[in-house]
Amino acid sequence: MRRFTSALFLIGLGLLIVAIYQQLGLQASSNIGQAINTVAADQLGAANFVTAVVLGYRGLDTLVELTILFTAATAGALVLGTRKPSTKRDPDAGFILQTGADLLFPLLLIVGLYIIMHGHLTPGGGFQGGVILASAFFLPILARPGSSIDHHWVSFIEGLAGASFIYIGLLVMFDGKAFLSPVAGNGVFGELFSAGTLPLLYAAVGLKVGAELAGLLANLSDTEAVD
Amino acid sequence: MDINLDISLMIYIAAGGLILAGSAGIVLSTHLLRIIFAIALLEAGANLLLLLASYRDGTAVPIIVDDHIPAVMADPVPQALVLTSIVIGVGVLALALGLVIRVQRTYGTLDIRELRERMAEDIADDAGIGRPVSSHAPLPVQAPGVVGADANE
Repeated sequence: MRRFTSALFLIGLGLLIVAIYQQLGLQASSNIGQAINTVAADQLGAANFVTAVVLGYRGLDTLVELTILFTAATAGALVLGTRKPSTKRDPDAGFILQTGADLLFPLLLIVGLYIIMHGHLTPGGGFQGGVILASAFFLPILARPGSSIDHHWVSFIEGLAGASFIYIGLLVMFDGKAFLSPVAGNGVFGELFSAGTLPLLYAAVGLKVGAELAGLLANLSDTEAVD
Repeated sequence: MDINLDISLMIYIAAGGLILAGSAGIVLSTHLLRIIFAIALLEAGANLLLLLASYRDGTAVPIIVDDHIPAVMADPVPQALVLTSIVIGVGVLALALGLVIRVQRTYGTLDIRELRERMAEDIADDAGIGRPVSSHAPLPVQAPGVVGADANE
């Protein structure tokens, strides 16, 4: 009976999605996007218009998003609690995983930083690069469960990055502009040091996301196994 | 069948399928971990749908490379929104997994039917009221050995 009603519900949901799609006509072109595509290069000096939207036109949304991620990570740490020091830890992984982790760590670090630094020029940015940074710091934990990330450093980097994001937004206000409004780039378009405050903001985002996810993964792996 | 099937229509169907599969998983499965994976599927479908809203045939990536400005570029706004959505999804997933670990540690099971009963019992115990039972439920039958043990005491 329960399965039958569930199937009925799902059929109804499917019909609803199709109906909404028919009504909305999602293929209709949005004027906002085309307008941004025409003016973003001149206004912000960022070659990657997705970055221009994320940090330039919707900077406040990104700050709120970081807040959500921070809340989730904090709540996760709160729920999981700390490990009793007496509990037994998992043994180290095999030779292949250990060597692979050692080899990949510097590569992942460089790739992550590269993607963060070039967020305003190429596909990628703070969020994507931050996740790669987090995986770089999480791989050694997978290889050697006995070792652990220094939580003080992680929290320090996380707090510093989050604070600098807000401070950059506040500094703009001295010019009489709105909070987090972007400063136009004074570099050459398409160069690494261009697009004004956007690379700085994305660097803060990248460090924050990386530290947050690394801390979260370390917390998850640090929970005691259920007997 | 025409081989040149409209690619965006196919991806639309895939996105709708992901959403439906995720919903089915949430509704039908009784294991907490599977429900969380179903939520992740549903999220992927929703993200795909949002991303497809900006897809047109023949549009270029909204990134200028080497001062070459494409004639028609894709809408960057849905892409930025999906970026936000993915990141929040990861946070929610991690928090959900943390909660599941707690549930497993406290109750030793992840079956939601069993959990529902155990939690109702716990709540009733904490409130100091009787266990919630149906008035039509059969009276509990005591095993003979237990009765004997009671008589000896």
